[in-house]
Amino acid sequence: MLRAGTSPAPTIVRDNNLLSLIIFAPLAGAVINWLAGRRLRNERFIGVVACGSIAISTVIAFYLAFKSNGALHIGEANDTTPIMDHLWTWISVGTFRADFGLAMDRLSGIYALFVTFVGLLIHIFATGYMRGDGGYYRFFAYLNLFMFAMLTLVLADNFLLMFVGWEGVGLCSYLLIGFYLDKDEAAPAAKKAFIANRVGDWGFILGLMLIFFKTGSISFFDKGLAVKSALATIAAMPIDGFGWHAIFAGGITSIAVLLFIGATGKSAQIPLFVWLPDAMAGPTPVSALIHAATMVTAGVYMVVRCSAIYTHAPTAMFIVAIIGAATALFAATIGIAQNDIKKVLAYSTISQLGYMFLACGMGAFVAAIFHVMTHAFFKAQLFLGSGSVIHGMHHEQDMRRMGGLRKYLPVTWLTMCAGWLAICGVPIFAGFFSKDEILWKTWSASGLGMPQGFGKALWFIGAVTALLTAVYMTRLMVMTFWGGERFRVAQIDNLRGESHAQEPAQVNNLRHTPHESPLSMTIPLIVLAILSTIGGLVGVPYAISSLAGGHPENYFEQTLEPAISAAPNSAANSTDAATKPRWLSPAPQPVDGKPAFAPTQTNGGEAITGASEISQERLFALISVAIALFGIGIGWLVFQAQPLRQMPRLLENKYYVDEIYDAAIINPIHVGSRAGLWKLFDVGVIDGLIHDLGRAVIDFGKTLRYLQIGFVRAYAAIILAGALIIIGYFAYNGAYVLRFMVR
Amino acid sequence: MLFTIGVVGVMIKRNVISVFMCIELMLNAVNLTFVAFSSFFRDVSGQLFVFIVMTVAAAEAAVGLGIIIAIFRNRESLDVDDSSVLKL
Repeated sequence: MLRAGTSPAPTIVRDNNLLSLIIFAPLAGAVINWLAGRRLRNERFIGVVACGSIAISTVIAFYLAFKSNGALHIGEANDTTPIMDHLWTWISVGTFRADFGLAMDRLSGIYALFVTFVGLLIHIFATGYMRGDGGYYRFFAYLNLFMFAMLTLVLADNFLLMFVGWEGVGLCSYLLIGFYLDKDEAAPAAKKAFIANRVGDWGFILGLMLIFFKTGSISFFDKGLAVKSALATIAAMPIDGFGWHAIFAGGITSIAVLLFIGATGKSAQIPLFVWLPDAMAGPTPVSALIHAATMVTAGVYMVVRCSAIYTHAPTAMFIVAIIGAATALFAATIGIAQNDIKKVLAYSTISQLGYMFLACGMGAFVAAIFHVMTHAFFKAQLFLGSGSVIHGMHHEQDMRRMGGLRKYLPVTWLTMCAGWLAICGVPIFAGFFSKDEILWKTWSASGLGMPQGFGKALWFIGAVTALLTAVYMTRLMVMTFWGGERFRVAQIDNLRGESHAQEPAQVNNLRHTPHESPLSMTIPLIVLAILSTIGGLVGVPYAISSLAGGHPENYFEQTLEPAISAAPNSAANSTDAATKPRWLSPAPQPVDGKPAFAPTQTNGGEAITGASEISQERLFALISVAIALFGIGIGWLVFQAQPLRQMPRLLENKYYVDEIYDAAIINPIHVGSRAGLWKLFDVGVIDGLIHDLGRAVIDFGKTLRYLQIGFVRAYAAIILAGALIIIGYFAYNGAYVLRFMVR
Repeated sequence: MLFTIGVVGVMIKRNVISVFMCIELMLNAVNLTFVAFSSFFRDVSGQLFVFIVMTVAAAEAAVGLGIIIAIFRNRESLDVDDSSVLKL
């Protein structure tokens, strides 16, 4: 491998050095805030630095995405080569090569856009929310550092650099969850998040190694002769068979499953989701930015980025879909019974992430990313709204102590309504389009080797989840903004016989009247509310937009399609199509699976299926709407009448998952470490070994001491004896040696 | 023969001076063999070694006698078995 320190001479790539500024501006902001901000202690200065650096990133991201010939520019629809910025070759050992290089293609472009933009809004919100906090500079330094890591993750052009960002966001998440140093539950929550993520990272890094062994590269893109794209290499490989044996075969399926373990850690899917609800111990802007809008979607990003791998591993797709659907349903049922406003939103986030993975698992990568984006808008909105409520209520998070707040927090109420309707999936609002698309694709997809009716079953789970989502979000809204004003009643807790740690402080605070938040907090709310409302319109599916006679192409899908795995298109017309999963053939939607600018009706295979599928899709959209409205109706009627209704204890206690994990995993490790490793191994074996060794040396020394009697003549005798032995040896065995020396 | 006398002398004599002289005896015995073999093999290097040994023996004698005097001053004794411990 050449030491290509200067440049890999990328002829097919578009270079732009501005790209590195996107990630380094927040880093600079973090450094400035950490070094200068901690001395100045000037909140205005810190806020300006933090928001300014993110603003720089945002502007550059938008410029690079939408300038002519930009990453997302639809004008060059077939020109999907990413904008690259090769900074330096990081590691070059043998054939292994990792660059510190950035790349913005359509996928990472969309991510970069909403990460920077939502990040900017949340930074602005945080300047208001964190006012007066002693760790102001620290908070913004961490937040900027997080933005740096997140953008590195998104814009990295190889797996290893992505892993750097992956770890970086994990670190920042840890730092920010544990931000309130004086809060008892913050430190364990931070630790829990970090450890759960470690478990996932184990899978990620094993998958990374396996990718290198399989393909000899870890790059996402072709970068001239020296660096080949690992994804393209895998895309050229035959598709793995379907079956459990494939998982352990060390092939593509193994890679996919290992990477998905990483994704479950970061994106809080079923085995490893427990950290996310606890992560709400951090400040609310952090919950909005990291634990709802951006970081937790990193797993989805990675899966979509590796769509080439997943489409070649049907077993892994199967697992992803099942885990996603299970998580969606599971978290939604828990969310319905939580009383902490942030916990409800946390479980809602897990549930929505489950949706995204469900979409990935069904091969609807575009729908997944679409949902990531709309989710970023409305969930950031909801979290910031809840932050505004908490701020207005003087850090009261229990919804049982709220109610009737719409009088006091009109702006928050209105904007949260937008987020609420969006997440429930009411038409026009953003969540409707993305969620409907996922459900539809789940219904219509079917995969090789998967049980019959698998897609239908998952659709049913998804639909139930949608219903539950509408119910619990309505419950949240009703408990918070409608009904009687319960914040004046001090002892609500007796209703449930439950107590909270920070009880005394809250009782005092209840005497204050709730107040609306300052402008720096309401403006981001309003912007996000607008985005939650109209943000979905970029991805209106053809089946619906054609109803209105609007422009028929699905802009979002068109943009993203070329960035998703190349495998589907090539498989469509090949002779052995029967051996490949059926979702690899042109997907149900008319604009799927063809060059983005081809006229809609020219592709024969699709035109045939088009008409009936479109009407079916419309039907399903109607069903989605009905589900959403039905859910809202249930929530409204039930909780309007009785907002403090007793929820099933099993749900309220989150199915005792934490307790089960404690008993099944943490406790055995604890006991094993204590009794086995410490008492037995450490004390017995290691200490024993060292003590015995020492004792043996002492004993040996004691024996040797008898030789040192101090009489000179005894020493002389020993020397003589030694000399005699040596001479005797030579006289016996080595006489010929002496003879030889004598010649 | 001469060397063996020296060795036995070192072993059995208790007076430091005698032991010392026996060591000299051994050195000279070796010198003698050196010279003898040197003339037998017609090789000069043996005689060169003798010079080196004599030089070392002279230095050793000086140091050794110095040590003996120091010991005598401290212990009033020339018996090697008396100085069996390093402390007084």
